[in-house]
Amino acid sequence: MSATTLSKKPPKVREPFSDRMFLIVVTLMLVVLLALVLLPLIYIVASSFSSPAAVNAGRVSLWPVEFSLEAYRSALSNSEVLQGYYNSLIYAVAGTIISVTLTVAIAYPLSRKTFYGRNVIMTLLIFTMLFSGGLIPTYMVVHDLGMLDTRWALLIPNAIGVWQVIIARTFFANTVPDELYEASQLDGAGGLRTLWSVVLPLSKPLLAVLALMYTIYQWNTYFDALVYLKDPDLFPLQIVLRNILILNTPGRAGSVDLAQSMHQMQLANVLRYALIVISSLPVLIIYPFVARFFTKGVLVGAVKG
Amino acid sequence: MATITPHKIPPAGAAERPSELVVRRRSRRAEFQKSWRLHWQLYLLALVPIAYFVIFKYVPMAFNVIAFKDYSPVLGPWGSEWVGLDNFQRLFTNPVFGTLLKNTFILAFYLVLASFPIPILLAIALNEIRNGWFKRTVQMVTYAPYFISTVVVVSITILLLAPNGIVNDGIGNVGAGPIDFLGDPNFFRHVYVWSDVWQTAGYSAVIYMAALAGIDPALHESAKVDGASRLQRIRHIDLPGIMPTAVIMLILGVGNMMAIGFEKAYLLQNSLNLAQSEIIPTYVYKTGLINADFSMATAVGLFNSVVNLCLLLVVNFVAKRVTGNGLWR
Repeated sequence: MSATTLSKKPPKVREPFSDRMFLIVVTLMLVVLLALVLLPLIYIVASSFSSPAAVNAGRVSLWPVEFSLEAYRSALSNSEVLQGYYNSLIYAVAGTIISVTLTVAIAYPLSRKTFYGRNVIMTLLIFTMLFSGGLIPTYMVVHDLGMLDTRWALLIPNAIGVWQVIIARTFFANTVPDELYEASQLDGAGGLRTLWSVVLPLSKPLLAVLALMYTIYQWNTYFDALVYLKDPDLFPLQIVLRNILILNTPGRAGSVDLAQSMHQMQLANVLRYALIVISSLPVLIIYPFVARFFTKGVLVGAVKG
Repeated sequence: MATITPHKIPPAGAAERPSELVVRRRSRRAEFQKSWRLHWQLYLLALVPIAYFVIFKYVPMAFNVIAFKDYSPVLGPWGSEWVGLDNFQRLFTNPVFGTLLKNTFILAFYLVLASFPIPILLAIALNEIRNGWFKRTVQMVTYAPYFISTVVVVSITILLLAPNGIVNDGIGNVGAGPIDFLGDPNFFRHVYVWSDVWQTAGYSAVIYMAALAGIDPALHESAKVDGASRLQRIRHIDLPGIMPTAVIMLILGVGNMMAIGFEKAYLLQNSLNLAQSEIIPTYVYKTGLINADFSMATAVGLFNSVVNLCLLLVVNFVAKRVTGNGLWR
C-alpha cells in the first residue's frame, strides 16, 4: 500500500526485509504445491486427447501429442461403460432423494427442543460413528433382507450419514426461530405441515448441501457395489472403472491380426485416460460452483455439531 | 461439539426408595405425553430413519455374536453353536496376525502423521497471501482432488507410477533405473499416504482457513505495532488460534485410524506388495466374503472396531487433559 500520499495518517510501516523474504518463500512453496496437484491432472487430460501410439511411446507430457479423439470414441462405444454411467446416474438420483428425505426426517425432529428423547436418540446415532457393526454382520443383514444383487443394496444400507444429520440438525436449530413454530402452531398446522410449508422453504441452502454431499458420495463410492453386487448389469461406473483401469480387463478382445491387436492394446491403454476424464467430469464441472456451499456445510457441522 | 447429555442417573440408593422412582417415572411419562401431543407427527416421521439405524447399524452390532460362534448359515447367528474365544485364539496364534496388525498400525500412524500437519501449513501459507486471485486459485485447485473418486485417484497413481509411466520416464532421464513403486512392498505405504495427502490436503485446509478467519484481526494489528515478524505472528497468534480445531481434527483422525480405507488399500493392493499392503480391513473382506469364513472375519472386524474405539477414547482423554478440548464434554 502506498502510504506516502497520505502523510497525515500514521505512516504504514513498510514490511521488514525478513518478512518480505518470508512471503516470497511462502508464495514459492504454494506455487510448487499448485504444480504438484495440477500436473498429474493435466498429464491425464493431455494423454486422453493424444493418439494411442504417442501415449504408449511415452511422448506425451503436458500437451496432447498427435491430437486424437480415438480414446473417447472407444470409451463411449464401450457398452459396459455406458451401462455403468446409466446405473450411476440412477444410483445418484435415487440415492440422493432417499438420503436427503431420511436425513431431514430424523434431523428435523431432533432439532426441536421440545422433542422428548432427542438427546438419547442423538447419542445413539453418534455412537454408530464411533463403533460400527462391521462388514460381515452388515452383509448378513443386507442378505437377510433379500437386498443382495438388487439396486436397493446401494441405496439403503448407507442411506443416512450421521455427519449429515448433525449438519442438518444444527442448521434447523439455528435458522428457524422459535416464534415461527409458535405462529404455525397457532395457525393450527401440525408437525408435518410446519416442516413442509415453513421449515423446508427456509432450508433450501441446507437441502442443496445435503443433496451435493450424497450425490458425490453415490457417484464416487464403489465399496458397497463390490460387496453386494454380482450382476454386471447393475454395476455402477466406479466398478466398471475399477475393472478396466486397475484390473486391466478391457472388455472383449478378439482380433487375430497382430498389427490390429497391437493397436487394440494401445487403444486399451489410452482408453484409461479418457475414462478418468469422462468419469470425473460431471463432478469437476459442478465443483467450482458448489465448493462454497460444500465448505459451508462442512463447517456448520464441524463448528456446531 | 456434540453435547451428549446423558439422562440424569438416579443417585445411588434411589432404587430403594420406590416412591421417588415412581414420581420420576411418572414425570418422565408426563413429559413424553406432552411431547407426543405436540409432536406425534414428528415421532411417526422419525420412525423410518430410526428403524434404519436399528436395522443397519445396531442389528449388525448384535450379529457380532458370531465372532464367538461357529457360524452356520443354516442355523443363523442365534442358532449357531457357541465356541467361546476359539476364533480369537485362532486369530491371535495365526502367524499372519502379527503382520496384519503391524501393517495396519504403521500405515494408519503414517497417514495421520502425514495428513495432519500439511493442511495446517497450507492454510497458514494461504492466509499470509494477500493476492486474492492467486489465493483463490491455489485453494480451488488443491480442493478439487477431494471430489475425485478413490478408484480414479488410484488409477491416476498407477498410471503415473507404472514402470513405463511418466514418473519413471523422468527418473530414467536422470539416469536412475526404473523404480517399481507399485510392486515393491516397501513403496506401498508411501504411495498410499502421499496420494491420500494429494487428495485431501486442500479439503482439510478449508477447515483451518475458517478457524484462521475467526481470529480477531486486532491481535495481528497490535502485534504488528509491537514489531512482531510474520513468523512470530504465526507462531504466537495463528497457531494458538487454530489449536482447538487442530486437536479435534487430530482426534477424529486417530479415531478413524483403524477404519482406514479398505477402499484404497484394496485397490492399490496386488500380489507383489501384499507383504505390506494386507491390512485388517482387506483381510476381513477376503476371509469373510471370498473365503466365506464369516465367524473368523467377524472376529477380526470386531477386534478392529474395539481397538478403534479404545484409541478414540484414549486420544480424546489425553487431548482433554492437555489442551482442554475434546470431542464431548
